[in-house]
Amino acid sequence: MAISKTIRPGLIQLRVVNLEESVAFYRDILGLDVVGQTSDGRVMLKTYDEFDHHSVVLRHAPESGFDYVAFKVVDDKTLEELKEATEAFGYPVDVASDEQPGYGKRYGFTLCTGHRIELYAEVAQAEKIPMLVNPDPWVEMPRGMKAQRFDHLLLYGPNIAEAERYFKEVLGMFAPEFCNTPDGKRFAVWLTGGNKAHDIAFVEYERPNTIHHHAFYLEDWNAIGNAADLIGKYRVKRDVGPTRHAITRGQTIYFWEPSGNRIETYAGGYAAYPDNPQREWTIDEIGRGLFYYEGELFPSFLEIVT
Amino acid sequence: MVYEITDLTAETKYPAKEEESLFRAMIRSGKGCIRYGCEGGGCGVCKIRITEGEYERFKNMSRAHVSEDEEKEGIVLACCVKPKSDITLAKFKTT
Repeated sequence: MAISKTIRPGLIQLRVVNLEESVAFYRDILGLDVVGQTSDGRVMLKTYDEFDHHSVVLRHAPESGFDYVAFKVVDDKTLEELKEATEAFGYPVDVASDEQPGYGKRYGFTLCTGHRIELYAEVAQAEKIPMLVNPDPWVEMPRGMKAQRFDHLLLYGPNIAEAERYFKEVLGMFAPEFCNTPDGKRFAVWLTGGNKAHDIAFVEYERPNTIHHHAFYLEDWNAIGNAADLIGKYRVKRDVGPTRHAITRGQTIYFWEPSGNRIETYAGGYAAYPDNPQREWTIDEIGRGLFYYEGELFPSFLEIVT
Repeated sequence: MVYEITDLTAETKYPAKEEESLFRAMIRSGKGCIRYGCEGGGCGVCKIRITEGEYERFKNMSRAHVSEDEEKEGIVLACCVKPKSDITLAKFKTT
């Protein structure tokens, strides 16, 4: 049983300006498998270690950026309860009309930050899944960076204090860490619905509906090193790392895929428990919080979003 | 082939290979007017105006940052174009 009503962020759809190059990057560099295409040409992908039908969808568009993220909830009854609770919170809910093969009913709404968030309970199992009996760690030798799962995302937008309240009050998540401005307003918050250090994070930002990064989980620090080698070899545009976050304590590299959406490869991180005390970062120390080895901020990391 | 980039904003010159983007030439030389960006045509940070020279756009640019009209005037994202001759450029400013 999940700690909260949500199990994980299980599906993200992103807009890409260079579809072919981006698909090749997710497949050959990150190591995801292409599951197939929707009838309107969107490309579905998943990692080798995921069970659900697909977790990432790339949509060819004139602008790169974020379409939506969908959270898997524990069951149908919870899904209906969350629909009611979301509307009671003040966000009108619709039933998603775009095709996501394998997925059951998806409810969606627009968060105060401008982002579309969806909830679903049912999704078909993928054809290629990890072994279930006497299982090896993998079925086919993982490719590239050997991404294991779509792990979390960081969204930028206005009024994240309200977004945080929604994720806590309605979805039952908790925030292991946060950062406030000197006058006590939320600058950033990390939220989780389980034992992962974060499922989703928000940074306060004037422009709505922008994404800072989406992250894939790698096995360990060695895998981060392997990812760095691929960045060097294939001239991937790196942003920051390899380094460690003090926030969540994960090990990390940030880089951009060929349509300019930032990707993080993330390993480690502490186990979060809802009864543990909350950790606070003051904004004058946030550079060390984000990049523990460097101890400073990078303008590219703060300023670039899609 | 290596071309010469005249960077009006950085007030300097640096070389650009014909097979690399203007952005990559700026980063490689360490002298260009753009110091960072997504290199994928998505973020818009490397928006420049090319005032002289021939170039080829080899990647799509996000229309959130460069309109079709701007593109016709030589306003591009440096990460999406390769030089075909010596180039004169400046960082794009909205004012």
